Order: sequence, then C-alpha cells, then structure tokens
Amino acid sequence: MTSVMNNAGTYLYAVTRDEGSTLPEDLKGVAGERVRAITHAGLVAYVSTVPLDRFGEEPLRRSMEDLDWLGETARAHHRVVEAVARTTPTAPVRLVTVYSGEDQIRDLLDRRHDDFAETLGRIADRQEWGVKAYVDPAAPPPAEAGEESATRPGLAYLKKRQASLRSREESWRQAAARGEHIHDALKSVAVASQRHRPQDPQLSGRAEWMVLNGAYLVDLDRGAEFARVVDGLRGEGIDVELTGPWAPYSFAAFAEAPERLEGGTGDDA
Amino acid sequence: MTLDEPRGAVLAREDRLPPERVALVDLLDRLLAGGVVVSGDLVLSIADIDLVRISVRALIMSVRSTDEE
Repeated sequence: MTSVMNNAGTYLYAVTRDEGSTLPEDLKGVAGERVRAITHAGLVAYVSTVPLDRFGEEPLRRSMEDLDWLGETARAHHRVVEAVARTTPTAPVRLVTVYSGEDQIRDLLDRRHDDFAETLGRIADRQEWGVKAYVDPAAPPPAEAGEESATRPGLAYLKKRQASLRSREESWRQAAARGEHIHDALKSVAVASQRHRPQDPQLSGRAEWMVLNGAYLVDLDRGAEFARVVDGLRGEGIDVELTGPWAPYSFAAFAEAPERLEGGTGDDA
Repeated sequence: MTLDEPRGAVLAREDRLPPERVALVDLLDRLLAGGVVVSGDLVLSIADIDLVRISVRALIMSVRSTDEE
C-alpha cells in the first residue's frame, strides 16, 4: 500500500495484459524512483511515484524547455517501456502522464479496459520499425544549353536562374515522390504505418532532405523481410536508415478519440 | 550462410538497442507524438502543453552539441 501524499503523483509508463510477468528487480523510472506494477481488471499498469514540485504543470512547463531534463526523462521513460516490452506486448503511454494516485490508475484501467485490450491485441507479436529516408538535394544539373549566353548574357542569366529555381522545385518534387515510393514499399510488408514529421536537419544531423520519417508495425516473423526491403531501397542519391525495433509507440493510440483532451500533435500525417 | 547479409537483417535478428544508444530525436518523435493518450483524473498530461513546439526549440539549440559528445 502506498499512501499518496499531496505532493506526490503517480507517473504512468505503460500498460500490459496481466500475464504474470515480473519486473526486473529495482527498475528505476523518472526521478530515480522505483517502478512498480498495479494489477487490476486483467491489466497491469507500470508506475512510479513522482514529486509534484517537479512534475506538476507549472514546473513542467519550465522543465520542457530544458533539454537535459527532457532527455533524461525521455530516456528514463523509454528504459521502463523497454524493460516491460521485453517480456510481453506493451502499450506505451505518452511521455509525462501523471495521475494523483493509484486509485485513479485503477479507475483508468476499468474505464478504458476495452481500449487497452484492443490496442494490446493489435500490437501483440508485432514490432515497430523506424525508417528515415534522405535524398541528396544536390540534384544533377539539368541539361540546358543556351546559344543566347554568348550574345545576350543578361537574358541568359535570368533564364538560367529561373531554370535553377525550377530545377530545385523539380528535384524537391522528385525527392518527395521517392519518399512516397519508399513509404508504399514498406507499407506492403507492414500491418500499419504512421508518418512522423520529418526531422529538422539540425536534429537529424544531416544536410540532406528527409523525405520520409516513417514508423511501421511489422509482424515479428517478417522483421528480417522488412529489413531486406529497407536495404533494397537504398540507391544513388538516396539513403535509407532503419531504427528499431521499438516498442509500438507509434501504434498505441486508442482506435477511438480520447474522451477529451485531444492533443492534436503528431497525428497529422 | 550468406556472407554479405544486409545490415538491416542483422539488426532485425539482434536484440534491441540498449535504450541509452537510441537517438534522442527518434525517441522524442515517438514519446511526444505516440503512446496512449489517456484522460480522466490526471494531474498532468502532455496534451495540456504544446510540448512538441517547446521541445523542438530546446532541441535545436542543444542537440547537436549533445550528439557530438
């Protein structure tokens, strides 16, 4: 029995079916607190206690601007999800979901039991893979010869500049089309797909255009096949990066909209 | 058997990457836009905050230096 003090909240990481699996001893979550399991209604919620002076709304608004804090919290959250997902199908919960206490978590498991069951059924025996595709924007120069260049250099310059703008637009169109093509090829091996926003070049650390930042839910026994498809999609001027397997973060959303509080982020793909 | 097995196939067969080796930016794609979004007696949920915008700004300022370590 954990008595809930007013200055403590209960941080929720993930939900699984109750299959009697055990947590690694001394698994630590955010804020270095020990993770525990709440078993209720045939489901298990993985939680830890967090101090509300750091995980309340106001402090959090500030913390979210602090990359060290954000990175540490994201990694702690991920560590717990991974530890759980190693043994059983796992529905990860959005980063920083804090309840006032264990009773509220049990209430959640009751209220959304069918949604969790549906999600867990959908992701069982499947893995999420991430695929990012980059196209080198240094497109081959368009075949363009101008006799005018000798006689009317001004006009030639303007035409060349126009052509260069057009060709950049054109290479972007072609790059985007390659992204679509890759996405389609991967979708054919996956049971579901989700596109994340392309990462800013400063975040990806790559100067090329990211034309695809996709997530794919793939049957466990088709993982190697999926990876082979990824390998086959690399080519001249295009690089395809595979990450994972991930716990099914991108496919954990409930089929129906939440009762309220629609975040409106990320489901726009 | 195959000597030139694609890198991806090797990756697929291997165990998951240790959590600390996952790129933060890939992780945040998932943690900030994915996962189950629940409601009810929450003290706090990310849905209350335009987190993506805030964190991306913070990230852009500092991720590069983090990655270069």
